[in-house]
Amino acid sequence: MKTNDLIIQTTTKLVFFIIFLFSIHIFFAGHYTPGGGFVGGLLMSSAIVLLLLAFDLKTVKEMLPVNYTVVTAIGLLISIATAAGSIFFNVPFFTHVYDYFNIPLLGKTSIHTAMFFDTGVYLVVVGVTMTIIQMIGGDE
Amino acid sequence: MINLLLFPVLIPFLFATILLFFPKKVKAQRVITTLGLLTALVSAFALLWKVKTDGVQSLTLGSWAPPFGITMVSDMMSTLLVTSSLLIALFVVWFSFTSIGIKRETSFYYPAILFMLTGVNGAFTTGDIFNMFVFFEVLLMSSYVLIVLGGEKVQLRESIKYILVNVVSSSLFVITVGYLYSIVGTLNMADISIKLAAIGQAGIVTVIAVLFLIVFGIKGAIFPLFFWLPGSYAAPPIPVLTLFGALLTKVGVYAIIRTYTLFFTTDIGFTHELLMIISILTIIAGCIGALAYFDVKKIVIYNIIIAVGVILFGASVMNESGMMGSIFYLIHDILIKGALFLLIGVIIHITGTSDLRKMGGLIKRYPVLGWSYLIAAFGLAGIPPLSGFIGKLLIVQGGLEGELLWQSIFILASSLIVLLSAIRIFIYAFWGEEKGVQQVQPRTYRHLLAPTITLVVITVLYGVGSEYLVPFMTDATTVLLDPSVYTDAVFGGGK
Repeated sequence: MKTNDLIIQTTTKLVFFIIFLFSIHIFFAGHYTPGGGFVGGLLMSSAIVLLLLAFDLKTVKEMLPVNYTVVTAIGLLISIATAAGSIFFNVPFFTHVYDYFNIPLLGKTSIHTAMFFDTGVYLVVVGVTMTIIQMIGGDE
Repeated sequence: MINLLLFPVLIPFLFATILLFFPKKVKAQRVITTLGLLTALVSAFALLWKVKTDGVQSLTLGSWAPPFGITMVSDMMSTLLVTSSLLIALFVVWFSFTSIGIKRETSFYYPAILFMLTGVNGAFTTGDIFNMFVFFEVLLMSSYVLIVLGGEKVQLRESIKYILVNVVSSSLFVITVGYLYSIVGTLNMADISIKLAAIGQAGIVTVIAVLFLIVFGIKGAIFPLFFWLPGSYAAPPIPVLTLFGALLTKVGVYAIIRTYTLFFTTDIGFTHELLMIISILTIIAGCIGALAYFDVKKIVIYNIIIAVGVILFGASVMNESGMMGSIFYLIHDILIKGALFLLIGVIIHITGTSDLRKMGGLIKRYPVLGWSYLIAAFGLAGIPPLSGFIGKLLIVQGGLEGELLWQSIFILASSLIVLLSAIRIFIYAFWGEEKGVQQVQPRTYRHLLAPTITLVVITVLYGVGSEYLVPFMTDATTVLLDPSVYTDAVFGGGK
């Protein structure tokens, strides 16, 4: 028997973007307020899990055709590259730098290399969580 | 290049990450893994040279001042261990090409090995006790992957045991670090050393010392805590077993030696006495196991336990000969266990069984294998020109200098039992009527034999050339016996 998922599917389409935006907000907030790459990544994967609950695995894979192992690997590469950048300046590994930039729309913003490291963390968390859930959920 | 000491940790990590992108391309996986290990090995040798010429290297990550950042320290002991772990990994990977099978190779086998090396080398290099915990977890998680990869029934059963034991010991590690932190208020190992020396002989410090012994004893398989090891190590395929047998317990042993020479030097009468008694018991337990089995894997696995006991006994004496003997024996044991596991791997591949009673007469058809096994067995027991000799000689000398006559006799007697257990494999597998010999393609046999023989040759060179290694070992011993060299290197900026 096929159940009618109209309400949950419609709500999910809306709520997904709210959670997604919130995860981005949490991610950027991490430097000054609670948050950061790990929580942000978990929120993002919870948004995708919501999609998985509302639709089935195949549909979600078509919506987001992403290989999450590769996402994990990209995240690790970003993190290691950010930390290793310091090697080329002959300062200790993991030395971060920051500066202020004038960005259109946002105005004067400080950009810290720790943010790029956190981007790596974010991607790794999303990649690992989704790999686990898809592996357990899928039966192919 | 102030970051040189991180390269043996970072290069395997980088290459493992790259390997995650194309798990199905076996050729590329093999080539890149080999390339990564060679690069890491070159950097390790460069580091060895640097530590030899410039003394202990230290670097605090993120340009923070020690003790506020994570400090990485490379003294001679850790550098030697890092180099030999990369060397062993190279041979294991070489051996894996022909023995591990395509199915495992396409399931993240090589990335798991490289991640494990990241953990092992990181644990050897770190100068921060919590960072050591993190690196322990890195190597343990990769080892969980390696032990279960392939999904045979026995692997599943033993991996559950292995994971359970290690989860318990890891949480105990965190608890112990918590206790230590609540007393000294720092995690930097050099800083802990200074603060503990200032506190002096407090009861709680001794309790923490014993807790650390339990934690690292579970990882390093000392006497009452080795129960998980024989079963778990027998489960995975030979290359993984080689990697585990040669490296994983040594990380625990290294951690015990490091903490007992750097932190807990105030109440030696209790802590080091305990360590000595336990190491003797470990040797006895290992000897019993090594004689009890007809299974080649089990025999060599129990020899790991004996070696752990011998190394820890040398370290517990806390004098120059004993400590130097321990380091000599530690490196020897990494190399020789690697060689032995690969050798029995070839034997098991030929006969198709690990039961000694079902094999025999291999020497006629496989003379090279037989004689190199005999050389490795003599090396393991410590017959003079070979690698095990100098380490054990120094350990016994250290024991006699420390007026531990009976214990030293125990060490010597254990050598006989080690020799007996190793020769039993030789007699059963290579002498007598030919039985259990399967047709192995000459090409496969050659490919399996090449890394094995090279490793045996390296162990022989290690034994014959030990004269040239003495300056390195002396440097390592100096740091271990005098913690101020270590702390000065950390707080002096390591220049």
